[in-house]
Amino acid sequence: MGMTPEEKALGDSVIFTQLDKVIGWGRKYSFFLYPFITACCGMEFMSVAGPRYDLDRFGAALPRFSPRQADLLMVVGTISHRQAPILVKVYNQMTEPKWVFAFGACTISGGMYDNYATVQGIDTLIPVDIYVPGCPPRPEMVLDGLIRLQEKVAGQRGQMGLQKGIAPVGEADDRIVTGGEGSI
Amino acid sequence: MTLALVETAAKIAFVFGLNIGVFAPLLGWVERKQSAVMQDRIGADRADVFGFTIIGLFHTMSDTIKLIFKEDFIPRGADRIMHTAAPALALIPALVAFTVIPFGGHYTLWGHNVNLVVADLDVGALFVFAISSLAAYGVVLAGWSSNNNWSFLGGLRAAAQMFSYEVAMGLTIIGLVMFYQSLSLVTIVEKQNEFWHWGIIWHWPAFILYFTCAIAENKRIPFDVPEAESELVAGYFTEYSGMKFIMFWMAEFVEVVTISALCVVLFFGGHHLPFVTDAELISGLGGALYPNFANLAAMGIGILTFIVKVIILIFIQMTIRWTLPRFRYDQVMALGWKLVLPASLIWIFIVGVGILSGIMPRP
Repeated sequence: MGMTPEEKALGDSVIFTQLDKVIGWGRKYSFFLYPFITACCGMEFMSVAGPRYDLDRFGAALPRFSPRQADLLMVVGTISHRQAPILVKVYNQMTEPKWVFAFGACTISGGMYDNYATVQGIDTLIPVDIYVPGCPPRPEMVLDGLIRLQEKVAGQRGQMGLQKGIAPVGEADDRIVTGGEGSI
Repeated sequence: MTLALVETAAKIAFVFGLNIGVFAPLLGWVERKQSAVMQDRIGADRADVFGFTIIGLFHTMSDTIKLIFKEDFIPRGADRIMHTAAPALALIPALVAFTVIPFGGHYTLWGHNVNLVVADLDVGALFVFAISSLAAYGVVLAGWSSNNNWSFLGGLRAAAQMFSYEVAMGLTIIGLVMFYQSLSLVTIVEKQNEFWHWGIIWHWPAFILYFTCAIAENKRIPFDVPEAESELVAGYFTEYSGMKFIMFWMAEFVEVVTISALCVVLFFGGHHLPFVTDAELISGLGGALYPNFANLAAMGIGILTFIVKVIILIFIQMTIRWTLPRFRYDQVMALGWKLVLPASLIWIFIVGVGILSGIMPRP
């Protein structure tokens, strides 16, 4: 994370770090998920969210289907080029601060779908915070990824101000996808 | 004069603190944890302060911190003023309705008469219905001002649903008003001094009807068609983020408390312990020897009884919320207009016949 103007002026003073810690602690245990589920990894996501592995233990079980209220974009499953603009739109609609969780091999690299129809990794479209490989990943791996993401979020600095949305990510793959954007 | 002012300020602080400070955050935790227990999960328990987790109570705190520091979003083309005012318009009526609900009885403390209700209105029951119907404005404005199709549909559905059930809800307590011959909630509670005069004894059909209407009015599952997630994204608050979004939830939780409190006052004897009248309680606590301390102790017991009854009814509402699936929209409307409304009219007729024929002795 970059330094805020206040931090540049005052240095890494105690007040800033302490408030950062508190904010980081709050965000760490309060992920509202946006489940962007497109393929078979969804079954494994349901298993993680269900009683046996219980994502709610980490405070991350509340799905919000409105991107305005979500913090963590769970991209679960293969993203085709047809689906890519929708993913980018949902990412841009989310309010700051936001994080992206790449769930499964297909979201990381396209997986076994090495062809013209599939996005070869969602990090070609949107910034990704944590990658969990596997086809599909075991629930334990997902929980491990979530805990690592929590550590990352808790360690982030320079979050003093109320952040406004940064420049939106550009619309992806205009050359391949023609038309077909949602009306909303 | 000053004493009366201090007393009123203390009562307002108590009601406000109980609702916003205790019940609203606690219900967020209860909803999570009760759903976890009902679904055989562990539920949120990781948020810690210096290593203490206290069965996940700190998750409410972390949620609040996160939501305060979340971007406050107003969509392009939205009505900025209305979009900002709508959450407050939804939350305030829920709080105001609590002012006429008595959370205790009359007590004499050092020669000063204390009546544990913020405003003892003669038309208390009517006031509650008048104020709670104002909450519809917040919801409708939220849906309309967001400039979003889903929000707008959610707002329309909420308006239709709330106005439909408003009619039935008013009619369900007419029988009760005929029975107790008063619209003042304080008088209604006083007349339930004896256990056999509690509303639930004779008026249990009215309780079932009222409870159904109240949950529908609050737009919670199984009546949550205005925010139906599978149809309308998040309904009327789709375009809200951060604290504005959580204010709608707080309004919902405060309304859960208000519904429970009103049910306690109308049907479950308010602050009265079963089989013990207020006078018996005070004399049993040594009212002849230490009248002030006996009154003070009786006040504490009364408030505690009231809160315990409210918590039991909140538990029932939460259980309903995590048990039933959502009604279809036409089913909600059919239930309201074709079942609850005629049933409440029939119940008014039955109560009238019962009172006139002497079967239902009025207290």
